[in-house]
This record gives sequence, C-alpha cells and structure tokens, in this order.
Amino acid sequence: MDFSPPMTDAMAGEPVRTTCPYCGVGCGVLAQSDSAGGAAIAGDPLHPANFGRLCSKGSALGETLSLDGRLLHPEIDAKRTDWNTALDAVAAGFAATIAEHGPDSVALYVSGQLLTEDYYAANKFAKGFLGTGNIDSNSRLCMASAVAGHKRAFGEDIVPGTYEDLELCDLIVLVGSNTAWCHPVLYQRILAARELRPAMKIVVVDPRRTATCEGADLHLPIAPGTDVALFSGLLVHLADVGATDSRYVADATTGAADALAIARAQTPDAMATAKACDVDPALMRSFFEWFAATPRVVTMFSQGVNQSSSGTDKVNAIINVHLLTGRIGKPGAGPFSVTGQPNAMGGREVGALANTLACHLEFNRPDDARTLQAFWSAPGLPAKPGHAAVDLFRAIGDGRVRAVWIIATNPAISLPEAAGVRQALQRCNLVVVSECVRDSDTTDLGKIRLPAEAWGEKDGTVTNSERVISRQRAFLPAAGEARPDWWMIAQVARRMGFSDAFRWTSPADIFREHAALSGAGNNGSRLFDISRLAAMTNAEYDAMAPTRWPCPATGAAPDARFFGAGGFPPRTGRANMVPTPSRPPFQPTSAAFPLVLMTGRIRDQWHTMTRTGKSPRLLAHQPEPMLSVHPDDAQALADGSLVTVAAPTGTAPTGTAPTGTTPAGIATLRLRHDPGLRRGSVFAPMHWTDRFCPAGRINPVVNAAFDPFSFQPELKHTPVRLAAFPAQWHGFLLARHNHGTDLAEYTAVLPANDTVWRHELAGTGAAEPAFGRLREKFGEAAWMKLNDPASGLFRAALIVDGALQACLFISKDPSSLPLREWLVACFSSPVLTPRDRRMLLAGRPAEGPMPEAPVCVCHGVGATAIAAAIAAGSTTVAAIGAATRAGTNCGSCKPELRTLLHGLLQTEPA
Amino acid sequence: MHRIVVVGAGPAGARCAERLAGRGFAVTLIGAERDMPYDRVALSKFLAGEILEADLLTHETTSLKDAGVSHLAGTRVVAIDREQSRVLTDNHGAIGYSRLVLALGSTPVRLPFPGADLPGVVMYRTLDDVRLMIETARAGGRAVVIGGGLLGLEAAYGLAKRGMTVSVLHAVDRLMERQLDHAAACLLTQRLARHGIATHLTAKTETIEGDAHVNAVRLADGTVLPADLVVMAVGIRPETALAKAAGLDVKRGVLVDDTMASSDPKVFAIGECAEHEGVVCGLVAPAYAQAEIAAWSIAGALFGYRPETDATALKVAGTGVWSAGQIDLPDAETIVYDDTEAGEYRKLLLRDDRLIGAMLFGDTSDGPWYQSLISGGLQLRATRAALPFGAAFALSTRD
Repeated sequence: MDFSPPMTDAMAGEPVRTTCPYCGVGCGVLAQSDSAGGAAIAGDPLHPANFGRLCSKGSALGETLSLDGRLLHPEIDAKRTDWNTALDAVAAGFAATIAEHGPDSVALYVSGQLLTEDYYAANKFAKGFLGTGNIDSNSRLCMASAVAGHKRAFGEDIVPGTYEDLELCDLIVLVGSNTAWCHPVLYQRILAARELRPAMKIVVVDPRRTATCEGADLHLPIAPGTDVALFSGLLVHLADVGATDSRYVADATTGAADALAIARAQTPDAMATAKACDVDPALMRSFFEWFAATPRVVTMFSQGVNQSSSGTDKVNAIINVHLLTGRIGKPGAGPFSVTGQPNAMGGREVGALANTLACHLEFNRPDDARTLQAFWSAPGLPAKPGHAAVDLFRAIGDGRVRAVWIIATNPAISLPEAAGVRQALQRCNLVVVSECVRDSDTTDLGKIRLPAEAWGEKDGTVTNSERVISRQRAFLPAAGEARPDWWMIAQVARRMGFSDAFRWTSPADIFREHAALSGAGNNGSRLFDISRLAAMTNAEYDAMAPTRWPCPATGAAPDARFFGAGGFPPRTGRANMVPTPSRPPFQPTSAAFPLVLMTGRIRDQWHTMTRTGKSPRLLAHQPEPMLSVHPDDAQALADGSLVTVAAPTGTAPTGTAPTGTTPAGIATLRLRHDPGLRRGSVFAPMHWTDRFCPAGRINPVVNAAFDPFSFQPELKHTPVRLAAFPAQWHGFLLARHNHGTDLAEYTAVLPANDTVWRHELAGTGAAEPAFGRLREKFGEAAWMKLNDPASGLFRAALIVDGALQACLFISKDPSSLPLREWLVACFSSPVLTPRDRRMLLAGRPAEGPMPEAPVCVCHGVGATAIAAAIAAGSTTVAAIGAATRAGTNCGSCKPELRTLLHGLLQTEPA
Repeated sequence: MHRIVVVGAGPAGARCAERLAGRGFAVTLIGAERDMPYDRVALSKFLAGEILEADLLTHETTSLKDAGVSHLAGTRVVAIDREQSRVLTDNHGAIGYSRLVLALGSTPVRLPFPGADLPGVVMYRTLDDVRLMIETARAGGRAVVIGGGLLGLEAAYGLAKRGMTVSVLHAVDRLMERQLDHAAACLLTQRLARHGIATHLTAKTETIEGDAHVNAVRLADGTVLPADLVVMAVGIRPETALAKAAGLDVKRGVLVDDTMASSDPKVFAIGECAEHEGVVCGLVAPAYAQAEIAAWSIAGALFGYRPETDATALKVAGTGVWSAGQIDLPDAETIVYDDTEAGEYRKLLLRDDRLIGAMLFGDTSDGPWYQSLISGGLQLRATRAALPFGAAFALSTRD
C-alpha cells in the first residue's frame, strides 16, 4: 500500500499560497496554519484573479476547518473498516457488475470541487478502463450550457476573454448573474474599475432586482426564460443600426444570415423584444442603444443563462451579438461565461462529462478516440457518450446502472427531482461515496464510504473562469485516514488489473500526463494545449505560479485572448452563428401553478453547506432557507411566515422514465417579501439539506426538464404554487449541542456561534405538548418556564450551575419571538447575572441595545451601527466603511449599505 | 360645630380622628388599649426585631392633642345610645356626639380546642400579644403557630428570628391558600424550611395540652408537638357587638354606604368592622381609604368610596410574597413565570386581556404596578408578553 503522506513544507508555519475552494473566480489565498489545526486566511495579493481581495465566504475559510463532521475512516455498511478492505470491495463490486451487466451498468458521478488531477484520474478510469461514458459531473448543473454553446459557436469549449476585460470595457452586461453575491470579488473589481472611469456602464439582466442591481445603471427585469428573445432582438437592432462588423462576419463566421433571419422573425425590433421579455420598452431601447454604441462591451453570464431548457441557445444568442459586431477576443470585449465552481473549468479540460472524452477530444471525431486510446494504452473506449446527470440517476433508479461511485458531490440534494434521486440511490446495488463529510444527504446512502482529503489537505491544480491554472496546496495534514481522490481511484483501478495505467505517485505525475495528452496529436487542432507544462519537474510543479492557458510546447507565446482576429479551431475554421429560435421554458405556468420558481445561491452560502454551514458568521445573514416573493404575489402570506411550495407532479420530460410517476415535490421555506422580485416569480436558495433543514430542500420541487444540447437542468423555471404552512406554533431552541432536524415538522438547525446551536422550529400539532416533548430531550431537568397557554406562548430555559444550557421559545406567531442574538450571547456567561437571568425568558436585556444580525459579516457590523454612522454624517458607502469598517473587506454587503443609506437619507426630514 | 366621637384607636380610627380634627372638629378618640395608637401592621417587624417598640407608635399624646384630638386610652365603650347620641364608657361615663365613627376593628378567632385558653396561648393581634411572644422567646424553646395565613406566617418568622423552633400548623393543603396557588405555596414552604420553620399541612389540631401552661399541641393524627408557646392566627372576625346592640344594620360587618355611613346617618363605620357592598376589608390600605372618606363625608364633601384592589404582601427573609385580585379562578387565563431555582415565581390571571389577579413570589417590587393594572382594567394585548417581566421592562418595550 502506498501511504506516503502528502506532507510538504507547507505545514511548517509559513503562509502557503493556495486557492479558494468556492466559486469559479479562483481567488488566490494565503493560508497560515496554526498549531490548533486551523489557519489564518488572507487574500493573496499576487494572485491575478483577486490581487488580495476575498469575499465573505473566502474570508471565513478559517472557520470551516474543524474536523467536526468529517469522515475520517473508510466504512462499509456504516461500520469502520480499513482501506484495503474498502478498496477491495469497491474494485470487486465494480468488476462483478461489469462482468454480469456490461460496462454501461456502472457509473461515476463527480464534481467541480475536484482538483484537475482527481478529475483526470476519474475520467481516465471510467472512459479508458471501465469502458463506459457514464461519468458525469455536477458541473452539468452549472456549466454544461456554456460548454455546449461554446462548442457550437467556436468548435471548442473556449472562454475567449480574461478578467481584465471586465475592467477595460465601457459597458458590462451581467446576464443571469447575481455577481455581487455569487462572484463578489469580480463584482468588486468591476465597481472599482467604474470608480476610476465613471462613464463605464453596468447593465443587469435578471428577473430579480438582486444586490448586483444596486450598482447598476440599468436593470432589465426580463421574464424568466426570455434571454434568447432579448439577445435575438439585440442582434436585429445591431444589424439594423449598422453595428455589424462586416469584415469580421465575412472572414471569421458562418451562419450570420440564418441567425439574423430567425431573430428578425421573432423579435423584429425593440418594441417586440420588450413585449417578448415583458419589460418596459423604454428600458429595452436604452439597453439596445447603449450596446450598439459601445464597442468595448462584455456580456458576462452565469447560471441564469445556463440553468435553462434553452440554456445552450441563450449562450449562442449572446455569442451571436459579439460575433456580429466583432466584439470578441479584444481588450474589454467579448462574451464571458463565469463558472460557479472552483474547478468547473478543470473538469471541462479533462473532459469528465458524459459527452466529452478528455482534453477537448470529442466522441464524434474518430481520430480523437484513437489518439486517446493510444495515449492511455486503454483496452477500448466507449463508443458513445454516457448518461448525463439527470438521466444518469434515472438510469440508476430503473436498474440500468447498478453500481455508482459518487465523488465530492451531493446529488441527493442538488439535483432536480431530488426525491427520485434519493430513491434511486436507495435502490442501487452498490453506492460508493468518496467524501470529506461524514453525514450528508448522499453519504447517508453510501454502502461504501471513502474518506477524502478536504481543502487545505489536498494538493493539485484548479482552473478558474479566465483559464488560469493555479496550484491548490496543502497546508494541513490529512484528517484521520483521509486520502486524495486520485489515489483512491488509482488504487481501485490497480485492483481491477489496470496497474500500468495508474502508477502515479503524486498529483504532479498526473498533471504531467494531462498536459502531455493536451498536446497529443494536437498540432494546433485543439486550442486547449498545455503541453509545455508536461516537462515540469516535481519542484517546478510545486512552485508553479498561476498560469493561463494555452501554453503549447512549441511556438510563440500565445495571446491571452482568443478569436480577436478569428482563428477558430481548424476543424471549423470559422465561428458558427447558431440560429436561436426562441422556445418557452419546458413547463408553462398555469392557474393551479401560477408562479415561476427560480433557485440559486445566496451571498454567504456555498452549495450544500457542508463547509460554509460550519461558520456561524456566514449563517448569520440568512439562517434559514427563504422564499423571496413579490408582496403582490404573497397576498395573505405574511412576511416571515412559513410557506409550502408545491410543483405539479410528473414532470419528467424524456422517455427515459415514465412521466407521471415523479412524486409531487413540496418544500417549506420562510417567506420573505421582496419588492425587487418580478411579479410572478419566486426565488429560493438551493443550499439547504437534510442536515440543516429537511423541509427546506428545494430540489424535490424543481422540475427535471433539461436543455436538449447541454442536458443542463432547468433550475430557474419550475411552475409552483404557494400555501401557508399550517403551523400551530413557531419557535426556536438554542442549545449547546446539535439536536438534529427531527425536532418538529419544520426544523432548521445552524451553529449560532462556537458553542451554541440554533434550531428554528414550527409544528402543526398543539404547542403545549411540543413544549414538553422538546424539553424531554434534555432528560430530567429543572427548567425555568414561562407559560401563557391562552396566547400560545411557552418559554423555558435550562440553567445548570448558573450557566445557560438551553432555551426554548414557542409562540403562535413567528414575529412575536425575540431576536436570538442576545440569548445566544447569554450562553457565554459562566454564571448569568441575576439581572440577565430575570430577563432571559423575555428574550432581551433589561436595558441597552438589542444585539442584532450583522449586515457586514466580515466585520460583524449591524444595522444600528450603520444607521448611527449615517446619522452622524456618512453620506457614502465609503464613509460608512471609514466610520464602521462595514463593507471594507469583501464588499459583498455594499449593496445593502447603499440600500440602507438611501432609505435613511430619504426619510430624513427636509 | 359638630362633636365627633371615634371609637377605636387603631390605624383607621386614629387616621380619621386626625383628619377631622384637622378640619376643625372637636374629636374624641376612644381606645380600649392602654397604648397610644400604634401601627398594628408593623407588629410583625417589631416581632422580627427589625424595628423597636417606639417605632410602632404613630401618634404621640402631644401630637394628638396639638391636632385637637382628645384621646381616651384604655377606655372601653360599653354601649351606644343612639337616641341621645352618646356613647357609654367604662371609665369616662357618657360622651355625647353629633357624629360617631366606629373603627372597632376585629377580634382574632380563638378556636375552641381544649386548652385554648391556657396561659402561653396567644392571639397575634395586639402590642401586648407581641410583648408576651417576645418575652417567651427570650428563653428559646418551641413555638407552634396554628394558622398558615399571612398573620400566622409573620408570627412564625418573627419567633424563629428570635430563636424559637417554630412549627406552623395549617388546616388546608397549602399555605396562604387565599393568596397563593400550589406552586407558590410550595416555594414558600421551602423558603420557611430554610429558616428552620416546619410546616404541617392538612393538620387538624385536636387539643392544646398543658397544666398550668401550654406544653404541647396534639394533632388528630396523633402527632404531638411540644410547645412553649402557641400562637393562634386562624382568622379574624369583625367586631360588631356594639353596633348590633345599638340596632344598626349588621351582616358580617356594620353595613355602610359609599360615604361610610351606617344605617344611622349620624353613625359611620370604617376599617375591619365595616362591610361595604358585601366586602369586609382585612388590610390596612382600604381601612385608611375608608377613614379618609368618612372624614370627608362628615365634613360635608361626599366622595364615594371606591374599593381598590386588595393586595397582600408578606416579607420573609428577603423574599416577598405578594398577591392581589383574583388568584384562583379555574376559567381565567394564566401566565406563569417559574424560576424555582432562583426563588422567583409569578402568576398572572387575565380575562379578555385584562389583568384580574397577580401573585408574586420572590421579587415583589412590581406589585403596585400589577395592582394598578388590575384596578385600571386596561386591555393589555400589546404588552401581554412583557407583563411577567415587570413595569420597567414593559414600559421600555412599549412602542
């Protein structure tokens, strides 16, 4: 067994240069480990993605390193075992399944969280040696439409521009991107650039008035799913006002006439486009005019574009306007896909999706398969693509796939039709899960659990949204018996008889192989070429600075941007302007399901919260899953109340599963009135899981429609209806332990600080028995109590030796519960003062200000302090920052500061 | 000029006499006790050694005289002659009046146990009673207090403080059952135990034993409690014999109207001997209020008496027990605050979001506020949740 620990000088206490494990911006991080297993975290001032900036999530990374909840040992059937036994079992299980049912009866489902080396190993194992195309990634939920759109337009999955373009442009159009929250560092770079060049304009295209709109010059609140119409109308307008770069179109593109004809037929002018998108025609005209008049324009897009049943067409509609005007691959101009995951790009490079091979080699090109098979010395490659994510879990559900290895992702919660995914995994013969987290919605379903190294322990590379490859380095020892993902894959492969192909001893070995493959048979035929890096020594790999591809082994240093002068991959030679007939979303709304559910991220959480959920600071902003709805649509549903969201049954759109059998999805979330939302649309975060709030899981509600080209699910358009959750009581339990999520029909649990767990509760039964039942969780104990049964008010606190151990508040109405912050603070008193003890069940101190949730999470600044600064004369966000430090770290609260500023200044007497 | 005779020199009588004299009337105050008027309510503090005997006196001879009150101490009125508008006394002959105020107070109930009149059995009522208790306590020894109401517990606590080993016998299943619910009574029992006072609930006294002096109390269940002193504090009875003999309308007390006048417009009754709208007061605050009303009525200003909510307060070793209004209505809404470990307990009774009763154990400083809420009868919907936490808190959270 190879157990050489991947320890490096990193652990010696010097700050280690690594990268953030969150979004696709790929910020550089300096991590200085401490003796207690934690680390001080700072932005890396030398990293080209962030130049020292970090967002709230990145800044809080040091709070997420505890070993609480980590999977530390291999397990079979929930019992600890040793690595040999576990790996033998995986190898035997996969081998037996393939022997009996063929290679397509097994699958891997992997993740944009993987390092490129892990990703490469998984893809090589599946396609080269298991002989199946059944490897897909959670990037399917994130980037698949961008990949498909790029491939259709450019012939290869290429992001043409760089982050610098976001600063050099004169107009930036943010489409389906809440950049302020989801890519905060890029947003701060954009705002900083505009600060220097106030003429620069920002346009946001989003059905929601998000935090990103606070800094925008124009917000186009288009109806969900109408992006194709928008850019189709823009294409016509650009052609009509003479903004076409005829030379570029003639020399470097094909299909312009067809694309324009289709566009003109559906959106002949701004008025028609405004109608199709259901926005004010004046806004539409402004947008068209600005776009036409601004050569340096970047259209940056993200999940609002990709997560759609017409996601690929949306991407191409965007690319078309840039091709028509030749505004691509030039400083400050181009379409720009920004990825959601830290290594979605790395995954695209290694080709770990069901419908790609590796290193931008393609299934549909016979030469590519031969190149790859030879390079890998593989017994044979699959003849056809495998099942993409949604389809894959359906195949598991109906028994076509009988063994699955899930690596670093949580499909039981993150996929649409999540209830069906869960059922599929329950039925599956062999579920192997490699994870760093012991308890997740998916690890719970794993027969064999393999402990993976977490961020800070693992070692390799990632690629960010601007094609920059950065090293992610270890600065902590591996937890327990955790091992790198590539190692596990190699160990299983060797046990299955593929020793020669999996002899790597380090990530550097894998990276060199990957780099070499990118050059194999390339000769300029594929733009993804990093073959120069294949010659790196181990020491050079360890020291590798952030490196933008391409970096071919031979030839002149290439330009940082692609396509400024054409130069599309040789097989097509030209870019293709794909006609994009506008299609409605898969499921229309109806009288019974009148609202459109969109899901997405919130500012301070990441994915399924396995990491960010450890940080009380990050949970303070939104402690529970919130359903945002325009007040007009909320009708009788009160702000702060609980609502159930229900979708129609039987939404399966393909022939792979019988329609009508999908269980009706419902979820229960906390309602938030948000006048920034488009009427008719509601928004829910996708983060909450069984660990944190089983009722608030939104993906069981989301329809499993997907794009026909990219297979990316339509996470931004599910028809739903809302109803009041029939709560008889609402409440919360604060305690020194996590008491789980089955305390009441609605339970949301979160750490309130290092020692206190907060449980938000609501029940449909009588309040008083629940009050008793919840106290019984603590055994025989003398609680102090306040009972007002006629009002439905029940409160209790458990104090042992003067220190608060637990408190339980129950009320008919959630708005009559006190803020939790002061009570949480009371837990830190070794002995409560008599005064605090007297006020405990009042839920607030006898005097003094009430502690509150922070607006600025990084510096813990609340609304009261901000209001005080405004009252004292701060009239700008910068002045508030100078007075209170709010907004001076990651800046992601600046939109909220601006809102507070405007609100308070406007209410000031004249 | 009217000549006013006030019979009874307790708190109500003395207050009324003083007010009338202050308005220029000639007032004669007749008291059966030989002492100058004293603060009967403060007797428990005196017994507990918290104040001196001199502190009890509310009026010096000179001050009464200066005020124009003629005080006849140690004088007993034996009859009222309404026809001739005079009272007959045992040692000052007949004294005429144009208006008569009866402030006769009440008599402690002496239960007719065998041995109830033995020496060493005291009622807890007068300064003389307390002097005897203090004298007995000097030798330490054991005391049995019969009656676990307010007075009995004050007596028990005072005697315990003076070094006696004290047992309280109470016929019902909880102390102060008219003011406290079970939980609060339980807390009180615990608190008393901490001060060495044993409580016997549902205790039926059978005999008081002793030859020349009490030496034990025997209970119906056979328990024998040795006793050097027995204090009987099982209740009071309005003192109405004189009024009845004079033919005034009397039920439990002398019936009075809103001006405190009895069935004879020349005769007024105030304090514990008077019955107003079916209520006989047992506390000093309403007695004072009635004294004021009677004094105004006699002076010709007719303010109607409006009974305030009664509040009962007991202070035992730093812990207060306080209650007011209705505390035992099964159909009322209740708010209960219970921090037994810290010795804090509050029960509030509401109907239609109006406070109708309150019981405080521990910190009773908010008592007057609750009392005003009960009297005021305000709708408390908005502040209901803040109610248990007291006035300062409720007012600070008001929008």
